[in-house]
Amino acid sequence: MKFFPLLWSSLWRKKIRTIFTLLAVFIAFLLFGLLMTIRTAFSFGVEIAGLDRLVLIHKVSLIMPLPLSYQERLRATEGVEVVSHQSWFGGVYQDPSNFFAQMVVEPEPFMKIYPEFTISPEHVKAWMSDRQGAIVGVDLMRRFNWKVGDRIPIVGTIWQPKQGQVWDFNIAGTYDGEAGVDKTQFFFRYDYLNENRAQGDGLVGWYVVKIADPSQAQQMAAKFDSMFANSSAETKTTTEKGFVEGFAKQMGDIGAIMIAILVAVLFTMLLVAANTMAQSVRERTSEVGVLKTLGFSNTSILVLVLSESVLIAVLGGTLGLALAWAIVQNGDPTNGMLPIFMLPTRDVWAGAGMILLLGIIAGAWPAVNAMNLKITDALRRA
Amino acid sequence: MFNFIKQTLAVTMLNLRTIPQRLGSSGVAIVGIAGVVIVLVSVLSIAQGFAAAMEASGSPVRALVMRSGADSEMTSGLSGAEVDLIKQAPGLRREGQTPVASAELYVIIDIPKISTDTSANVPMRGIQPQATTVREEFSIAEGRMFNFGTNEVIVGRGAVVNFKGLTVGSTIVSGQNKWQVVGLFETDGSIAETEIWCDARVLQGVYRRGNSYQSLLARLDSSESFNTFRDWLTANPQVNVQVRREEEYYAQQSRALTSLIQTVGYGIAVLMGIGAVFGAILTMYTAVSTRSREIATLRALGFNTTSVVVSVLAESLALAAIGGLIGGVLAYVAFNGYQTSTMNFSTFSQVAFAFQVTPQLLGMGLFYALAMGLVGGLFPALRAARLPIPSALREL
Repeated sequence: MKFFPLLWSSLWRKKIRTIFTLLAVFIAFLLFGLLMTIRTAFSFGVEIAGLDRLVLIHKVSLIMPLPLSYQERLRATEGVEVVSHQSWFGGVYQDPSNFFAQMVVEPEPFMKIYPEFTISPEHVKAWMSDRQGAIVGVDLMRRFNWKVGDRIPIVGTIWQPKQGQVWDFNIAGTYDGEAGVDKTQFFFRYDYLNENRAQGDGLVGWYVVKIADPSQAQQMAAKFDSMFANSSAETKTTTEKGFVEGFAKQMGDIGAIMIAILVAVLFTMLLVAANTMAQSVRERTSEVGVLKTLGFSNTSILVLVLSESVLIAVLGGTLGLALAWAIVQNGDPTNGMLPIFMLPTRDVWAGAGMILLLGIIAGAWPAVNAMNLKITDALRRA
Repeated sequence: MFNFIKQTLAVTMLNLRTIPQRLGSSGVAIVGIAGVVIVLVSVLSIAQGFAAAMEASGSPVRALVMRSGADSEMTSGLSGAEVDLIKQAPGLRREGQTPVASAELYVIIDIPKISTDTSANVPMRGIQPQATTVREEFSIAEGRMFNFGTNEVIVGRGAVVNFKGLTVGSTIVSGQNKWQVVGLFETDGSIAETEIWCDARVLQGVYRRGNSYQSLLARLDSSESFNTFRDWLTANPQVNVQVRREEEYYAQQSRALTSLIQTVGYGIAVLMGIGAVFGAILTMYTAVSTRSREIATLRALGFNTTSVVVSVLAESLALAAIGGLIGGVLAYVAFNGYQTSTMNFSTFSQVAFAFQVTPQLLGMGLFYALAMGLVGGLFPALRAARLPIPSALREL
């Protein structure tokens, strides 16, 4: 640590060069943060998907409805804790570009099965007592500047009311959740939909079942599917995690594309940083000779050069990651297309690791060279 | 003037000829710029390919009729009676007594994607016999057309490439239904090539849709008869429909995804570009500082500063051009025609398309590379020009 002033002054020996190296590393890690955020956004929350929740969809495809009568049969099955059904409403609020997900649920099992959605008791009470009530994610409330109690008209695209085209909802409350929870959804009551729609009575979109023992997921899934085999609506059951993963994969492998870009970026930055370090050490050959003459050991020379390179990487990289984090805090810039917009802690740590690695690899070659330098050669070369 | 050009040329040639001596740092600049160009061109080629597939899908002489309020075929619904009435509308082309229009069902069927082996929402379209006359670009590439009234289907070229078990002769098992694939069709690369086609009547039974359809695709007498057709239908109280030109419908469907890819693509490319400019600046600084004695010598000999500036810029531009070319070629070789599929947000169904590395994209990549070279060379060039001769001569 007592050599820090020496380190610092050699860093600023050529100011412009150091500044541009810092900026290059800064940009690389800004990109790292943003690309990881995009990657997370396109995985649609697979990280928080429950392993103890199974999703039952119609075997032919997700768009085919299932009968409401399955609910009782599922509930009566041993090892099942909660059964909840959901339907996709797909309505339009004012303009099609205002897209957000509207889900039709039954309040009680819904709240039991998704403990990650936190709803205050007053809001729960309001929702239970208002058939047209809806529980809205806090991000969605912010997006449209809605307040609890607002009346929201939504035009049905799949489901038409018996009269007209518009469904009216009252915002009964909001839900919040930890980072990584999609807070842009709009949940409303199944009884309101079912009693007022023109056709489709007694149909639901899919079931979500919470099972007592997650290790039994495979067996339970097989059991459900065999229960409804050879019926008019056969099912396909997967864990919620598998379901979300499958959905994300339909977009194409965004994760792989992002990682490929990152490899290109980090590799380039590694070359730039290594090249600059090598150049800067080469210019200081005689100084290294002097240090050695003064009695610096080979190891301390190695450590000095490596620290310089790591210092540059840490300064630039940390600032880059910090800016990426700050940008991400501002929320989804695409108007609701990427509801889960966050930089996961795991990726921040991965970034920190990359920063250190970049510093060490970039400095390794010049540091070893400086260490192996003979005093006589070093002093003569000047 | 002539002397000036001669001087500039001489110094520039000297710079360019000595690039091999600075292979390490020059290589860094080239690789950096090539990397940016690859990423820029390849990401934008995704958007380009997707937009091209969607554009190829619309024809100005076709109109799509859906229930009013529906935002896609998926959510639309038309009763059999409505369909009969729509087919009587003026402006619709008729061949003899038959209206050239096809009422269709649009549903999703779960089929595994080859690349990920997870199930994907493949669109399945039930058609009426006129469907192939409505779509002039339709042709059977392999096998034959299916027989109406049977469980036979034909499959688009894009679907066969991306999804499992769709080759001619195979059987698609979906729930309790079995579909025989008897043919492979093409529609000039349009989005329909991602679809599986079957008889609308058979599909009505399988998906329990009674005698109802979801959309009606009509061929118009001419592009101008669209208004006649639309106005007659929207004024008719017996039907509750919206009429759109097919090209508008597909353009609107692709807007969200295309703009998302472009935003992300440009954003990444701009940031990477800034990083690469720093890389280029560092490279050129290194080039200038290792030769500061040479440059000072040249200036002491009487070469003017402008020639020195031009020569440094020329070197930087040359490196950028090499990087840009390498990046463009690599992007073209690796990605042009790359087959993939993604999910269309508006219908939750798959769209197959191929990446398109167009000449415009390559030109843009090269232009961007040169811009990076220019910016990257500017500061070091000015520095070279401003080096005080005596102290530069004294440097190592």
